[in-house]
Amino acid sequence: MTPLLEAQHVRKTFLTGGFFKRTETVALNDFSLAIDEQQPIITAIAGESGSGKTTLARLLLGVIVPSSGSVRYKGVDVSSMKRDQWRAFRQDVQAIYQDPFEVYNPFYRVDHVLTTPIAKFKLARTSAEAADLIDATLRKVGLRPEETLGRYPHQLSGGQRQRIMIARALLLRPKIIIADEPVSMVDASLRATVLESLLRLHEEFGISLIYITHDLTTAYQLCRDIKILYRGSVVETGDVEQVIKQPQHPYTQLLVGSIPLPDPSRRWGEDTTTGTRQSDVALTGCLFADRCPRLMDRCTTATPPLFQTSATRATACYLYEGETQASANAFAEQPIANEVS
Amino acid sequence: MSAPVLQVENLHVHYQTSAGIVKAVNGVSFQLQKGERLGLVGESGSGKTTTALAIMRMLEGPARIAGGEVILDEIDLLKLSDDEMRMVRFDRISMVPQGAMNSLNPVMRIREQIRDIFEAHGRALARSEVEATIAKLLARVGLRPEVAGMYPHELSGGMKQRVCIAMAIALKPQVIIADEPTSALDVVVQRQVVETLGDVQRELDAAVILVGHDMGLMAQFVDRIGVMYAGRLVELSPVAHVFSSPMHPYARQLISSIPNLEEKRLFKGIPGVAPSLLDPPSGCPFHPRCSEAMARCSVEVPALCETAPDRWVACLLYDEVLSHDPTS
Repeated sequence: MTPLLEAQHVRKTFLTGGFFKRTETVALNDFSLAIDEQQPIITAIAGESGSGKTTLARLLLGVIVPSSGSVRYKGVDVSSMKRDQWRAFRQDVQAIYQDPFEVYNPFYRVDHVLTTPIAKFKLARTSAEAADLIDATLRKVGLRPEETLGRYPHQLSGGQRQRIMIARALLLRPKIIIADEPVSMVDASLRATVLESLLRLHEEFGISLIYITHDLTTAYQLCRDIKILYRGSVVETGDVEQVIKQPQHPYTQLLVGSIPLPDPSRRWGEDTTTGTRQSDVALTGCLFADRCPRLMDRCTTATPPLFQTSATRATACYLYEGETQASANAFAEQPIANEVS
Repeated sequence: MSAPVLQVENLHVHYQTSAGIVKAVNGVSFQLQKGERLGLVGESGSGKTTTALAIMRMLEGPARIAGGEVILDEIDLLKLSDDEMRMVRFDRISMVPQGAMNSLNPVMRIREQIRDIFEAHGRALARSEVEATIAKLLARVGLRPEVAGMYPHELSGGMKQRVCIAMAIALKPQVIIADEPTSALDVVVQRQVVETLGDVQRELDAAVILVGHDMGLMAQFVDRIGVMYAGRLVELSPVAHVFSSPMHPYARQLISSIPNLEEKRLFKGIPGVAPSLLDPPSGCPFHPRCSEAMARCSVEVPALCETAPDRWVACLLYDEVLSHDPTS
């Protein structure tokens, strides 16, 4: 069965540098993901800045085209869609961006971001119908229409603005929402309400969610599966409970160990492993080798593939080579929804 | 207990806007002990950054200190002339500002920027000691000596942030104020920067005020937490108490809204919206959002009182516990 949204071995490179000395930066490498229409899931893509998270979001939304590999929606390559296919794709796959301040035009009332998609996608026949639709949708994300409509963006809090963006996405009855750091600029006390709205969309309307974040705690809270990105490559993927509680890849271990736990009796230990990333220069072998506390000889000569370490997870690290249960290539093509069954 | 190194008394800061006066900081008082780490938390607009800037006398534009005292070493900083205050900054109290890494001068090498601090305070370094002093300073924040010869754009965000910490500690101040020093950094780098700050703080035996809203970071770093709401301190207690048994209803909701790695899908927000400081609610500013509000709460403004040793709270629920405090 064809997955709803599928990324197959997607690679994206950018050319940087001057006219004479151009270098190629790999923003995303060999990324595969599949979302099944019958089994909606919430999956997290986590990584630090520069790991390729936003590039991935833009690739999945069809805003940029992969250098190699493909992004397919219902089996059709997103970069070569016909006009009506593209229109359907733009309705079914919605985006929520990081900055709830920048997406609004400060001169328009917030109603504008809700009425525009209704007009554009002909979601209502009369203005009364449109008003009812907006009313109902705002309530679904926990906003009171009378406290929201008719206001200007600066009169609302970051959390309210972000929930309006979720309402806007919801208006279009999407099948998938791609949320790129939706709460990183929202006040901590309002984060919960935004995340709760997202979770409700998944539970009530069966919308799949791709949650792109640097925050492992909210990823853990919200998602079932997680993929950890490091410098454009997936280093670990699988069930979020296992990946966060027993991280396998040394990079994931470093990330999880650096989470500031909200518990004064469990402070960071003394083990400041680390070093920072040395450069963007392409290295041979594992991209984490220059920071890895468990470096082996072979790590610097060949890039480790994802080794399937259990039925529900895989890690791109030679430490787990012996534990592999299935061929790494076979795993990469498994739709993510089938990893856990 | 020894005399506090910094004492903030009834601080008021007003912003003059076209719509009226915004009372961004409304009667904040606290003391900071030598070598102590205090966290100031609260949602955006609660006045935590304004408090920090007022202590540094770095407020600009429509902001004005409308009253209070900031006593550092028996001197009221608010009474100093601008020139006198300039000499106090960096020397006795310094700040790592929000987005500090953007505060570096892009066209000056790190060495010159650090040397400036010494020169501006009449402690110009002899040519022979420049390299050694700066190298030592950079080493203290975990940077290689070569960094001195670099420009800011050659450094990563975490490195720039450490340069800012190095500058803040160059003259060995007694108080360091760090305003969201890691908000733009990744968790791994955040941990390194915060640990660096902790190390230098311990070496200098300086006091630190960490301003921010990341409760995880607070739990990891500070000794005491001050919770701000609508320009007021509503709770001030040791960090372990704030996390295990917060007293103020706002602090309780704040603590229970923190996502953790124990329970999944348990999103608890704080209902309601922060009040407008242009037209704040009468009485306790939190009463419209408070689930335990009483009739008195919309009339009386609760004062910050010590309800148990070292535990301060501004809430009428605890009124009967204490002897009435007439100052408010």
